[in-house]
Amino acid sequence: MSSTVIITVACLSLIAFLAAVILYFVAQKFKVFEDPRIDDVQAILPAANCGGCGFAGCRNLAEALVKAETFEGLTCPVGGASVMDQVAKILGKEPPVVEPKVAVLRCNGSPEFRARTSIYEGVPDCRIAHNLFQGETDCSYGCFGLGDCVRACAFEAIYISTETGLPVISDEKCVSCGACVKACPRKLIELRKKAKKDRKIYVACSNCDKGGPARRACKVACIACLKCQKVCEFDAIKIENNLAYIDATKCTFCRKCVTECPTGSILEINFPPRKPKVEVQAETVNA
Amino acid sequence: MLKTFPIGGVHPPENKLTAGSKIQKLDIPATVAIPISQHIGAPATVSVNKGDSVKAGQVIATSKGFVSVNIHSSVSGKVNKVDTLIDTSGYKQTAIFIDTQGDEWLETIDRTDELKTEIKLSSEEIIKKCQESGIVGLGGATFPSHVKLTVPAGKKCDVLIINGVECEPYLTSDHRLMLEHGKEVLVGISILMKALKVNRALIGIENNKSDAIEHLKTLAASFQGIEIWPLKVKYPQGAEKQLIKALTNREVPSGRLPIDVNTVVHNIGTAFAVYEAVQKNKPLFERVVTITGKSLPKPGNYIVRIGTPVNKLIEAAGGLPENTGKIISGGPMMGKALINTDVPVVKGTSGIILVPQDEAGRSESQVCIRCAKCIAVCPMGLEPYLLMSLSQKDLFEKAEKERITDCMECGSCSYTCPAGRPLLDFIRLGKSTVIRMSRERVVK
Amino acid sequence: MSNILKISLSPHSHSPETTRKLMFGVVIALLPALLTSVFYFGYGAIIVTSVSVASCLLFEYLIQRFVLRKPVSITDGSALVTGLLLAFNVPSNLPVFIVIIGSFVSIAIAKMTFGGLGNNPFNPALVGRVFMLISFPVQMTSWPVPGGFGTGYTDAITGATPLAIIKEGIKNGESLSQLVTQIPTPAQMFLGKMGGSLGEVAAVALLIGFIYLLVRKIITWHVPVSVIGSVAVFTAILWLINPEKYASPMFHILAGGVLLGAIFMATDYVTSPMNHRSQIIYGCGIGILTVIIRVWGAYPEGVSFAILIMNAFVPLMNAYIKPRRFGEEVKNG
Repeated sequence: MSSTVIITVACLSLIAFLAAVILYFVAQKFKVFEDPRIDDVQAILPAANCGGCGFAGCRNLAEALVKAETFEGLTCPVGGASVMDQVAKILGKEPPVVEPKVAVLRCNGSPEFRARTSIYEGVPDCRIAHNLFQGETDCSYGCFGLGDCVRACAFEAIYISTETGLPVISDEKCVSCGACVKACPRKLIELRKKAKKDRKIYVACSNCDKGGPARRACKVACIACLKCQKVCEFDAIKIENNLAYIDATKCTFCRKCVTECPTGSILEINFPPRKPKVEVQAETVNA
Repeated sequence: MLKTFPIGGVHPPENKLTAGSKIQKLDIPATVAIPISQHIGAPATVSVNKGDSVKAGQVIATSKGFVSVNIHSSVSGKVNKVDTLIDTSGYKQTAIFIDTQGDEWLETIDRTDELKTEIKLSSEEIIKKCQESGIVGLGGATFPSHVKLTVPAGKKCDVLIINGVECEPYLTSDHRLMLEHGKEVLVGISILMKALKVNRALIGIENNKSDAIEHLKTLAASFQGIEIWPLKVKYPQGAEKQLIKALTNREVPSGRLPIDVNTVVHNIGTAFAVYEAVQKNKPLFERVVTITGKSLPKPGNYIVRIGTPVNKLIEAAGGLPENTGKIISGGPMMGKALINTDVPVVKGTSGIILVPQDEAGRSESQVCIRCAKCIAVCPMGLEPYLLMSLSQKDLFEKAEKERITDCMECGSCSYTCPAGRPLLDFIRLGKSTVIRMSRERVVK
Repeated sequence: MSNILKISLSPHSHSPETTRKLMFGVVIALLPALLTSVFYFGYGAIIVTSVSVASCLLFEYLIQRFVLRKPVSITDGSALVTGLLLAFNVPSNLPVFIVIIGSFVSIAIAKMTFGGLGNNPFNPALVGRVFMLISFPVQMTSWPVPGGFGTGYTDAITGATPLAIIKEGIKNGESLSQLVTQIPTPAQMFLGKMGGSLGEVAAVALLIGFIYLLVRKIITWHVPVSVIGSVAVFTAILWLINPEKYASPMFHILAGGVLLGAIFMATDYVTSPMNHRSQIIYGCGIGILTVIIRVWGAYPEGVSFAILIMNAFVPLMNAYIKPRRFGEEVKNG
């Protein structure tokens, strides 16, 4: 009986020892050297793996950052300046200048402005709908409202409004990672320079049709009438392809173009309400 | 045992409501809108201006490049404008709008019904004539026919296959053509044989059209080398690769063309158009369209001028029923849903199907129960459930390895899925993404 | 012309088949076997079956409603099928509390923890059955002798199954020619007059169900035929080597759960492979493992274990065994 025990224990010990030896040599042979700083950098990154930097995940960005000579073109849009400063400190390099941005939707075609001309009966997926047809309205550039951007957003910054059927982007939650920009098959989402108090002035339309068809399809479409371009004193507005575009770096938020736009396709957001100058004057005249 | 293709296939209800209705002429509409892109390949270039007078059969847009064909006016009248309108693609496309005045054809066109059997043109002349006359595959794919007739250097064709399968439910335009214009179709096939320099042609016809099979068999006795083969009824037998497999047992390798197994496939409708172009000098500006649907008072088969809005066709068939929920251009398995009834009939429009409101919707998608029916019915031997989930998860490289590009979008998988899953919707998305990715790779 | 039209991708028509119709098709196919078992085992069969079905439905409802807080889908019929199959795999005199425990294991552990219908790697009914077999070996192996419709529930006379008789006999050194008097004749086995689980006994009823499933195109022939075929071939080889020690293929197919397993358990959609090639490999695997367990294993019956073992290989087969692609190999004729 006791010999059985001894033999068993001996056999098992021998096997364990052999396995340990083999494991040791295998581990030596397949050892991969990794710069320990990659782990340090990765620890600082936000770990959202959103892909906003252009890499598959935070680890890949960390590897690229450690390898790179300068931070040219490498930045974490989510973490912003503070994270990049820390990364620079670890790697002993100059931190890059990061300009905070925010995503905006360049379409304002809610049902009250865009009449429905057909009903989409398929999978709620913008890319599939985009491959199939121009959309439920006459506008072949506008938002489907099927929420590819919502699904792409790793920060829950976007939801589809039940009233307008359009995505709403939260200024606080948006980290400008750009995932929604890539997800949108119609390229309706733009990352714009962030301004004080989250103020925004932009053309909420992407319709490249001529004025007539654009207007017929949607009441708030840009009809490329050139009025905004003329009124802008800072050369911030360009009209290309029947569509106006406001350059956020040149715009001074004077709001002249907003009142000038005949279709109301230029939106002003987070501004204090205007003084009702015009109406007051009208009343005084009447009086 | 009737021949058929070996793997997969489904049996949707046939619903050939119009199999017995004679082809009628549809009245010429007051205006037509002729899109300049009615074929696969480069759109034609507009060659008329606003205010020009045109005759039926006159070229109004010229082919641009080899894979492109001419577009002809289908009516006589004045060019009103060149503008955009929504066509079967679901997007706005450039089209030429013509206001009709009378019905004057080009003088060169032979308007008689006389059958001309003697083929005077040479092989090269026939191919050239096809491009000039705007002949494209009329089964629905609208691939320019002259491209298929031009056998590339180093390859040879030994048998011509004619697709008289019409495996889509509802559609009967090819069926009626075979019955009413059998002789013309057979002459057309002889012309195609001459162009390809082959002496054997096989016509595959599904067994549910026994009258057409009998009729063509009697006629074909006086034509050299044309054989009629009845086939077992199974969808999608009309698909090129499946038809070749059924008739000749040759299997077109993945990613290759029928010419790689020494065959060329043309459609019955194309053969008829080729006859008209070559023997009668008449370009392709009208075609047979089936207008059908269970709710329609008078479904039928009509000869329709290209560019006629669909609503004219619906009017002729008894008017749009109140409860119409969906209008399909083409068959119910592969056709496209139309956005409105102003969409014009184009070269690829084989039928218009009206679907009532209660049948137009889709059932709710449920979880996959892994019943494997999609795999069993896939005629290409793919795994639709897997391709769908890969596309859903954006794993396009994997989907490419699973040969997503072999999918020909026949819809058998979505048709058969008991859980009502939108398999093909996602597979299409994956397929188009994979094709785009591989093109980008080539560019790099 | 004011209709607003619906737009969707093709195909625009859909076959009338739905998940629910498929599941209820399986239920219909199970009815002949259920009726014969009521005929042979009496009230016990009715009580066990109804308790099993009711508790499976109840557990599915409770879990979906209160644990997962998802829409309740008990009407799709999958829990009903699981309940029936679970009942078919137990003796008809099994105490009610064990049936309920088995249902709980089937639904809660084997099905719902993996995400419900479509995601479970193992056949739920078989997991429940094997759990009961291991936990309550005495109750699970005391088989009532077929006593006709009047047989009571708990007071049924019990005996051994033909497989157990053979197994014990061979172990004790008896030869098959001696044992043959103790087991039912092939005709009796075909009609189901023998001890066994309540659904597995009547070969004829199971075959009627099989034909119905094939005609309705609910299943294909690949899995059942390869299971039965491989059992037949393997046992035939052994039988030819020594007919005194190994039973005939006929006996192996008719006795025990081969038919029930091959037709209804191995063909379970969720846990069987996706294409015909791997379905045949899967079926042969089940057949061979069954015979190995029966002839050399500890248990007299091995179908349940064989199916569960092969279930484990299904994801692997789905990943590596692909259907024959069109245009895969060039064959010009």
